[in-house]
Amino acid sequence: MAQYAILIYDKIPTDDAEPRPEDRAAHDRHAKEIEKRNAMVAAFALEPSTTATSIRGDMVTDGPFIDAKEVIAGFCVIEAADLDSALEIARGNPALQHGGGVEVRPVESWGVARSAVE
Amino acid sequence: MSEPVAYVRRALADAHSRDWALVLAATARVTHDLDIAEECVQEAYASALVSWARDGIPKNPAAWLTTIAKRRAVDTARRERTLRAKLPLLVEPDEVADEVDIDEPMPEPGEDIAVPDERLRLIFMCCHPALAQEAQQALTLRLVCGISTVDVARMFLVSESTMAARLNRAKKKISAARIPFRVPTAAELPDRLKAVLGVIHLVFTTGHTAPTGPSLARNDLVDRALQLARLLRSLMPDEPEVLGLLALLLVTDARRATRVDADGRLLRLEDQDRSRWDHDAIAEADDLLTSSSRTYRGRYELQARIAWLYAAAPTYAQTDWSQVLNLYDELLSTWPSPVVALNRTVALSMVSGPEAALRVVEQLEQEKQLSRYHYLPAIKADLLQRLGRAEAAASSYRQALDLAENDVERDFLSERLGRLSPGA
Repeated sequence: MAQYAILIYDKIPTDDAEPRPEDRAAHDRHAKEIEKRNAMVAAFALEPSTTATSIRGDMVTDGPFIDAKEVIAGFCVIEAADLDSALEIARGNPALQHGGGVEVRPVESWGVARSAVE
Repeated sequence: MSEPVAYVRRALADAHSRDWALVLAATARVTHDLDIAEECVQEAYASALVSWARDGIPKNPAAWLTTIAKRRAVDTARRERTLRAKLPLLVEPDEVADEVDIDEPMPEPGEDIAVPDERLRLIFMCCHPALAQEAQQALTLRLVCGISTVDVARMFLVSESTMAARLNRAKKKISAARIPFRVPTAAELPDRLKAVLGVIHLVFTTGHTAPTGPSLARNDLVDRALQLARLLRSLMPDEPEVLGLLALLLVTDARRATRVDADGRLLRLEDQDRSRWDHDAIAEADDLLTSSSRTYRGRYELQARIAWLYAAAPTYAQTDWSQVLNLYDELLSTWPSPVVALNRTVALSMVSGPEAALRVVEQLEQEKQLSRYHYLPAIKADLLQRLGRAEAAASSYRQALDLAENDVERDFLSERLGRLSPGA
């Protein structure tokens, strides 16, 4: 088994809009399906890219790191036997139905210190 | 028992072009690592030269080579077991039952060990859509055909270091992203097969009319594409599009000897000596097309049928143009590509006249995909010339010349232009 990060991209500027309940539900369903296959390691949805702050060198600027038409809206880490299995899971991502896209990247190494505290 | 060296060399060359993929694929199953498998296979071929000259050529050279390569692989694995345990390895499906244990005693040379499916795994891995298409082509030529990196580099007109880097990047991705070493499932097969056929077709077209450079064709690439198409046909004899692709390549290549004249100048289809075409190849293509199922006609089969109609006509004028046009209409609905739409206009001009064809070509000028495609102004020029509009034709020929980068095609276009307006 190997771990893959699935980076979920959304189009600007619509990523700023409050997600429609049915879209959110679609993402939840998709996540549940991955969990059911025992393939989910972790999943994160991010606040819109307008809330991003970037640091390059010693410069702190607003906005996402790269000026692009798409931004990362979230990511999850899954476990799969090989790239074909990972792609099969990634293909089900609801972002693909809304003009967004996903990028599948093998995870090189990882570690979790602890979950967030309130 | 010893054999003359020339005889052994020839047997070895045969075994290289015929069996490389088989030996490499079987060895990769043991090594789970492409680089080590390649090295072991290379060494097996090198040792064959000595062994075969001394002991005679084995009855089954592929099995002999596979056994030797696997032995090397086992030795290497024993030596490097601890190191290799930490490296990402080739991924295989879990259900593989006949996994070769590296501690298992190796079969004697000559024992039947390899199954043909091994090569399919290799081909589908090399043509995985997660790899860039230029990497797919290079990997296929390197790993399936066994062509050396320096020769693959020469085929694509890049430096050896560029090609070595390209191959290494691809192999690294195969192992880091775990691109599996297996034949796709039935559900994935149509898409994945399309990628494999696309790679073989691209190798062929790159060779058939070299995109740039002094010679019209690069026959080394053409021959390798034919070899790959034949291999795929032997491995997947029931796939209509595999038959279609092989038929297309055969018919197209049947004209190899007549595409340029004695001075290397391009000859149009209507000016070629049909008696010098490879009629065996054309007949073989016909057999393939006849044996193919009629329920669904895919892109390659339709292209092959069109090419076959061109090739089978006794003269250019006697080509069955309305049938060609019908097939183009069918092709366009299966594969709506502006290039197909453009090629269709040639048949249209023969059925409905150059005026009707010109109207379609002018519409196609709006297609972004054709904006740098030199065949569009070349076809337009020919139509304009046939309509007696010399000035407009000359301007189209000049446009085509601006875009064409193959020297033989450029000479052809210049000559056509020169005939229109002497002194231009």
